[in-house]
Amino acid sequence: METGRAAAIRSIQSRTVVLAADDVDTDQIIPARFLTTTRRDGFGDALFADWRFDGEGRPRPGFALNEQASRGAAVLVAGRNFGCGSSREHAAWALRDYGFGAVVAGSFADIFRNNALKNGLLPVAVPAPALAWLTAHPGALVTIDLEATTLEAPGLPAVPFPVEPFARYRLLNGIDELGYLLSQSADIDAFERTRGE
Amino acid sequence: MTPRTLFEKIWQAHEVVPETDDTPAVLYVDLHLVHEVTTPQAFAALQARGLPVRRPGRTLGTLDHSTPTDAAQLLGRIPIRDESAAAQVAALERNAHAHNIELLGLGDARRGIVHVIGPELGRTQPGMTIVCGDSHTSTHGAFGTLAFGIGTTEVGHVLATQCLLQRKPRSLAVFVEGRLPAGVGAKDLVLAIVGRLGVDGGTGHVIEYRGEAIRALSMEERMTVCNMSIEAGARAGMIAPDGVTFEYLRGRPGAPSGEDWERAVERWQTLPGDAGATFDGVVTLDAAAVEPMISYGTNPGMVAAIGGSIPESGDDAFMKALRYMGFEPGERLAGKRVDLVFIGSCTNSRLSDLQAAAAVMKNRKLARGVRMLVVPGSQQVKRAAEAEGLDRVFLEAGAEWRESGCSMCIGMNGDVAAAGQYVVSTSNRNFEGRQGAGARTLLAGPATAAAAAVTGRVTDPRELAA
Repeated sequence: METGRAAAIRSIQSRTVVLAADDVDTDQIIPARFLTTTRRDGFGDALFADWRFDGEGRPRPGFALNEQASRGAAVLVAGRNFGCGSSREHAAWALRDYGFGAVVAGSFADIFRNNALKNGLLPVAVPAPALAWLTAHPGALVTIDLEATTLEAPGLPAVPFPVEPFARYRLLNGIDELGYLLSQSADIDAFERTRGE
Repeated sequence: MTPRTLFEKIWQAHEVVPETDDTPAVLYVDLHLVHEVTTPQAFAALQARGLPVRRPGRTLGTLDHSTPTDAAQLLGRIPIRDESAAAQVAALERNAHAHNIELLGLGDARRGIVHVIGPELGRTQPGMTIVCGDSHTSTHGAFGTLAFGIGTTEVGHVLATQCLLQRKPRSLAVFVEGRLPAGVGAKDLVLAIVGRLGVDGGTGHVIEYRGEAIRALSMEERMTVCNMSIEAGARAGMIAPDGVTFEYLRGRPGAPSGEDWERAVERWQTLPGDAGATFDGVVTLDAAAVEPMISYGTNPGMVAAIGGSIPESGDDAFMKALRYMGFEPGERLAGKRVDLVFIGSCTNSRLSDLQAAAAVMKNRKLARGVRMLVVPGSQQVKRAAEAEGLDRVFLEAGAEWRESGCSMCIGMNGDVAAAGQYVVSTSNRNFEGRQGAGARTLLAGPATAAAAAVTGRVTDPRELAA
């Protein structure tokens, strides 16, 4: 957004890391104590801080992101209602900063979905059977194709997923959303005039 | 003309450009509330592109989230301890000044929690669209507004264009029939509603709360209900404006006056949904069946009556939540140990909330070992409570009486609970670590919180009624 341009995204291919939990709230994704900053980068180290690290800052064994096999995975698989709770965009920033390009889940909370799409993080909502397969196959190599709006993996029939059409167009073409809104200025002027402003 | 709901009327009145299959609507924003935590990156984005704030007069700022609530730090006798929080405060002061935005600064007698001050100052008015980089913006829907939380990128969009790109949400009517029993409050009602809908039952929807029990609520109670709409996943919650709404607003500094007032009321009276208007979903609750409620788990849908028990069984998530809370399936909630009590937050920090807590605590002391923070929602609420002597009730009981702010609702301003502690809290979220890493939150209304403070146990406040 700072530059007035946005990077185009067509597809992501990566191994998955599976966080088998429903209702993952944004306080877990990035606890509030990391929000006292005026920057929008550097949040990756605090991603899932209280699930990833113990009170002394040591990695908790058994947490999916701490496993060797999860290194470099760019697709996070989680349960239903991912990103519920606080509107903090820092949650999307933290996932991006850590290296995720997509979150695959049963469903997404509204504000998180919006925030993700504004930061080139794909929220991929898939039906329960596909989610069950992905959850049972951590580390699966998946291809998320934004052009075709499908998720594919060897052994899993292609799964279509919904994306708001304008967000898809914007991401595929690297269109800056604020630039688009600013291009509506004449209509906004006219609207304000009708209200006597 | 097709009958329209309250939501549809407000939505249509703010469509600068209606949505199409390919493009979302351009929706005009009447009031943009800003605070120190979710705005610095948005102002930076404007600055990087050399963009002005389009309508500074439609933007109102306050300091609440990372702002400390102890008087010495807040009022400058000592510096704000957390340097990064101090930098956020300084950034909003600088940005507000640079863009000619009104900011209720640290020493301002009108400062307070963003969702308390908007209504209190009369800036929140029926029929408006209101947004803020905070999910509890749904609070303002109590006035018959369309009010919802947005992310920081969208804060930048509103600053620059006074508009948002939005898809029209679906509508959900929550009917609450009958009357709430004596001793059962708005917080109990909304906890029961969230328990019924579940934490994603409202996703993609705007809720309109309707029915006799809703009509009977005061404005402060209606704000408590709308506040927690997001805890059911809803985009917003709203209540049709009526005489109660107008009486609350009359004479407030931001409200219209004189002939403008009469014209405004006439306009507001056209807002309630038309007879025959339909919703995408309908849920009905019986108010008479609602009891004092408390949460036992790690999301706001995990609630039960205080006189009841934790469910006997559940899925993996249920068991994981109980492990975090240190509870067992089937346990009774009444009598559970309490270490800390927090009265405050945009859910329950208004004068009537403090009155309800003080009524329970009058002539009583905190139970041994219990700590209690009482944090008014705004400096105006604080003064009004002090004028009634409520501060004396809390202080004489042994509680801390603070300056206004989000405080222990969000654990990013120095007010936190320790790992393992049980906190009965009038706030809105019981997520893991929400009130401090490892802290265990039990959400409840102000009377229940006060009862826990004086007994040191989860207690039905009706047992302490005089």
